[in-house]
Amino acid sequence: MNRNGRLALAFHTVFIGFILAPILVVCAVAFTSKGYLSLPTDGLSLRWFRAIAANPDFTSALWASLWLGTLSATISVALAVPAALAIARYRFPGREAVATLMQAPLMVPPAVLGIAFLRFFTVTGLSGSFAGLVMSHVVIIMPYALRLALSASTGLDPQIEHAAASLGASSFAIFRRVTLPLILPGVVSGWVLAFITSFDEVTMTVFIASPRTTTLPVRLFLYIQDNIDPLVAAVSAGLIALTAVAMILLDRIYGLDRLLVGRGGR
Amino acid sequence: MTTGESTRRPAESLRLTPYLLSGPALAVLAALLVVPLIATFLLSLHSFDLYKGIENVYNFRNYADIFSDPYFYRIYGRTFRIALIVTALAVLLGTPEAYILNRMRDPWRRICLLLVLGPLFISIVSRTLGWALLFGSTGLVNQGLMAAGLIESPLQFMYSETGVVIALTHVLVPFVVISVWASLRRLDPQVEHAAVSLGAGQSTVLFRIVLPQVMPGILSGAIIVFALAASAFATPAIIGGRRLQVAATLAYDEFLNTLNWPLGAAIAVLLVIANVVIVAGCNRLIERRYAQVFQ
Repeated sequence: MNRNGRLALAFHTVFIGFILAPILVVCAVAFTSKGYLSLPTDGLSLRWFRAIAANPDFTSALWASLWLGTLSATISVALAVPAALAIARYRFPGREAVATLMQAPLMVPPAVLGIAFLRFFTVTGLSGSFAGLVMSHVVIIMPYALRLALSASTGLDPQIEHAAASLGASSFAIFRRVTLPLILPGVVSGWVLAFITSFDEVTMTVFIASPRTTTLPVRLFLYIQDNIDPLVAAVSAGLIALTAVAMILLDRIYGLDRLLVGRGGR
Repeated sequence: MTTGESTRRPAESLRLTPYLLSGPALAVLAALLVVPLIATFLLSLHSFDLYKGIENVYNFRNYADIFSDPYFYRIYGRTFRIALIVTALAVLLGTPEAYILNRMRDPWRRICLLLVLGPLFISIVSRTLGWALLFGSTGLVNQGLMAAGLIESPLQFMYSETGVVIALTHVLVPFVVISVWASLRRLDPQVEHAAVSLGAGQSTVLFRIVLPQVMPGILSGAIIVFALAASAFATPAIIGGRRLQVAATLAYDEFLNTLNWPLGAAIAVLLVIANVVIVAGCNRLIERRYAQVFQ
């Protein structure tokens, strides 16, 4: 009953091939020894990875992206966790509206958000600044940080906190010693998910990044618009490797299927 | 009841707590999301002059310009045509794949799920670059198709709608897998067993039992894919290039090349409105049609 037929497995193989083909070809081309785009048919070479290190445009963009991801993920988690607790633990007027507003950044197309931020930062004098990048990223990754914090706090048994309170713990002590440890896997996963989302974001950021403060995906995008060479393949291969690490991390601490599809099931 | 004073205080602070907890996040979103979006709408009402720049007037001239110019019709038409084809392809590929994944056993199922959903975390630029390499310089796709005898001369994928559709389908199909997978997991396997024990064949079970129950999942996946495809930027920009504009790349050009910000803002506002109308319309349709499934 629960077996896939031969036709199903053939479809599955083609599908996986379709999904992996572009990713594999990027990684393959990154190892070419030639000066132009080609598959590494005569031996692997790391020359294009060395070329990244020698390219200050890409290295400074990498550092900017890492900083941006770290800062904005931390700020958005710090804002989202209390809000998640409020939505999960309290019934209050306006609760639905709060939950909707917290998800709102997902409803607006990133290109439109980019336009809105570009105008907003130009008027407020934050245009092209790193602070502006951080602020905009905090907004767009908030729903991701919220989602995991929310599903972690929804599963929480309020009796545990009541028990702590009845034993005389202050509300801060309850949060610090009881609530936080219980929702920590959700909070940490939310942070990683928010970090990846910020680190990968290109559509919104391309509108507001300036040549001085630009992120790695934006730098890559602008470079590709001019020309495609093995250097961009090598940068992309690096990005793919980094993402794979983060993904395996998420799968270990939280479970990728639960993260993307939700809890429950078998 | 006798200790009215001491019970009222915690109750009152309890009433304020949720607002204090969610207040900072809401303030940030109000200041950095709601205000900029309203400002963008107001910007779209301004007019633009090559010499004077943005003028602080309020009228709907930008919208009138867009609606009276066939150039914009062509671009919005292309945007939504691409989005529709991508949605159809993503549903046709993603639904059976989710079903197959759901029937696999665990070490394999977990690995395959990682392979199918993992690419969602990889930057869109890197994934699209892969297609640019497959279509263009290495020409692997054309070599493969010619070797298989399917075509005689190389096809033009770069800078073509076909290329954009293939790359966007690849980028977005995991969303259909996720949403169908979620509704497959809510399925009661007993119903399938019951159908089989009553003599139903494989295809009858699939089309009469499974498919109707996962239909809401398919449709909600389709809505997500459509909304994302219609507002896609990086993939059409890289594969389609300058010659094949879509709504998002057009807005980008108005903002960063032509510098006609009010017109760019109007293009963006129209994109949001069209998206919201289509997505909300489909949502209501689904809710009415499949009300019993959601209960």
